[in-house]
Amino acid sequence: MSILIDKETKVICQGFTGKQGTFHAKHALDYGTKLVGGVTPGRGGSEHLGLPVFNTVIDAVAATDATASVIYVPPFFAADAILEAIDAGIKLIVCITEGIPVLQMLKVKAAMATSDALLIGPNCPGIITPDACKIGIMPGSIHLAGSIGIVSRSGTLTYEAVHQTTLAGLGQSTCVGIGGDPIHGMTFIDVISRFQADDATQGIIMVGEIGGSEEEEAATYIKQHVTKPVVAYITGLTAPAGKRMGHAGAIVTGGKGTAESKVSALEAAGVTVVNSPSLMGQAMKIALETM
Amino acid sequence: MNIHEFQAKQLFKDYKIPVPHSIVVDSAERAAEATTELAGDSWVIKAQVHAGGRGKVGGVKFAKTPEEASDFAKQMLGRALVTKQTGAGGLPINSVLIEQTYPIKHEFYLSLLVDRHSERLCFISSIAGGMDIEAVAAETPEKITTLFLDPAAGLQGHHCRQVAFSLGLQGEQIKALSKLMQGMVQLFLDKDASQIEINPLVETEAGDLFALDAKINFDDNAIALHKDIIEFRDTRQEDEKENIAKQFDLNYITLEGNIGCMVNGAGLAMATMDLVKLKGGTPANFLDVGGGTTVEKVTEAFKLIVSDKNVKAVLVNIFGGIVQCDVIAKGIIGALEQVKTELPVIVRLEGTHAEEGRALLHNVAPNIIPAEDLDHAAEEAVKLAGVGA
Repeated sequence: MSILIDKETKVICQGFTGKQGTFHAKHALDYGTKLVGGVTPGRGGSEHLGLPVFNTVIDAVAATDATASVIYVPPFFAADAILEAIDAGIKLIVCITEGIPVLQMLKVKAAMATSDALLIGPNCPGIITPDACKIGIMPGSIHLAGSIGIVSRSGTLTYEAVHQTTLAGLGQSTCVGIGGDPIHGMTFIDVISRFQADDATQGIIMVGEIGGSEEEEAATYIKQHVTKPVVAYITGLTAPAGKRMGHAGAIVTGGKGTAESKVSALEAAGVTVVNSPSLMGQAMKIALETM
Repeated sequence: MNIHEFQAKQLFKDYKIPVPHSIVVDSAERAAEATTELAGDSWVIKAQVHAGGRGKVGGVKFAKTPEEASDFAKQMLGRALVTKQTGAGGLPINSVLIEQTYPIKHEFYLSLLVDRHSERLCFISSIAGGMDIEAVAAETPEKITTLFLDPAAGLQGHHCRQVAFSLGLQGEQIKALSKLMQGMVQLFLDKDASQIEINPLVETEAGDLFALDAKINFDDNAIALHKDIIEFRDTRQEDEKENIAKQFDLNYITLEGNIGCMVNGAGLAMATMDLVKLKGGTPANFLDVGGGTTVEKVTEAFKLIVSDKNVKAVLVNIFGGIVQCDVIAKGIIGALEQVKTELPVIVRLEGTHAEEGRALLHNVAPNIIPAEDLDHAAEEAVKLAGVGA
């Protein structure tokens, strides 16, 4: 098993015929993802990569029964694309786009409050269940079907964790990049609770960073509800306060959201916190052996 | 993006948020003239820099005569102001704001920002104004009122009344505060602000409310939508290297150490800095070259890093995903041929085609050192930066 997606998940792509959409849709198809079509307004009725193109998400869902959508549209149009997917009844929306204005994301989140759709991202690598379904920009080749659930705010650090668990022979059940924006969809808790309930997941790696308080909230949740071993790495220990470190969400304000506060909360919850990004796989292996 | 106080006050005026009469000048002569134009018998002279904490370091002075105003302006203009928010080099004072003064009864704090936890706009107010709000929140949290705006309903009368009563305001003042808060919300939404801070908001002896200081930050993701705000940009207040980086779509932040870092991905870039520190060194910068690592971007990134004279070693940390490591290795070699640096360059490549990439880097140049893994790379960089120092 896995969480959120498997080899039966039917996926459409918004921004399908654009450069990004085309590039990553090809990789997804090569990986075996059940990509069933795409949306580009004004191009409905045509074909792209051998798949049907639709004008609207509603049309795409009606014709394909897709339940998931991946969004590769430019930042000023991405909030609209997410809202369109919600309206069309898409259950899992994965938004890769970086740079969506915060006030637009507030509207999206308000609309989601009355919907049962789940949003991953924005500003994220996406989600993958190895050998089954790849929705996003992650390189498929580094993954190995296995037992570790990975959840992260950073793309490349997700790849580090994937690579290390692959080398350690553990592999991954599902990997979710929740994104580097301050206002975003699924949280650490949303993903970790699903890993806890998933039979295929034996251990959980979480990669957090400075800014916000989601890691601290996850620590409280883990302490109360998670019985599987959790390894965490938190980045941003040396980041200066008040500066935006690449990710819009990675900013320390007024002494809040520091790496120290996150590390101590997680340690107090019994999580193994490693101080180097190269130790995530190894620490997970040890944690599983000492269970 | 940050703007100056005088620019923020201009926006306040557009949104009917009351501010004292003021004139911005860039010479001592104009400072004296401004006092005459403003009338009154005392004025405040405020250095215009993109940083707070000005008062404690001579960036805010009170003048009783036009001559005094001129003298203070002369002292400030052309020099760099170092506050606790600027870093050691400080920021240049290119203009000063000359402002009318009023007898003040109370100083309050009022700000509007996006609260990421509740995912709502949030007003923070306090009867303890004019000081560091974080200290107030830590020491006397009971003096702070926080309220959240429903995204559909927006700002309501009861919100404004709640803040007004908590500040001890009465009668017409409540209406005035309501208007001021409505102006703040409208400005925030119209211009994609990320924070509007008034510290202090003052109640004068006459009972009027004024925004004595004004600070607005804007959401960098939305700035391209607002041409009028882009015009407020003052690059003299910004880091030169950071601005060059932006032109090449690189995420760069200047720090104060001696190990230059070049990394793909923001998270991995932060992690690399942390690892350098863990191994006993100090990073000279944060630099994320982004996803599509091209020769051009890598070249510009190298140029930026080596233009920092503090840098004694360069640590390159790339996780090759869809862009393969052998392609990246060729990019690094091409970039180094153009940049021609003697500095040791430690390269860690991992991911797709990593071995081929490392093989390409072997014996290319004596100062290019391929590293086996990330820990080893960071250790090597720290060691070599120490030797060069």
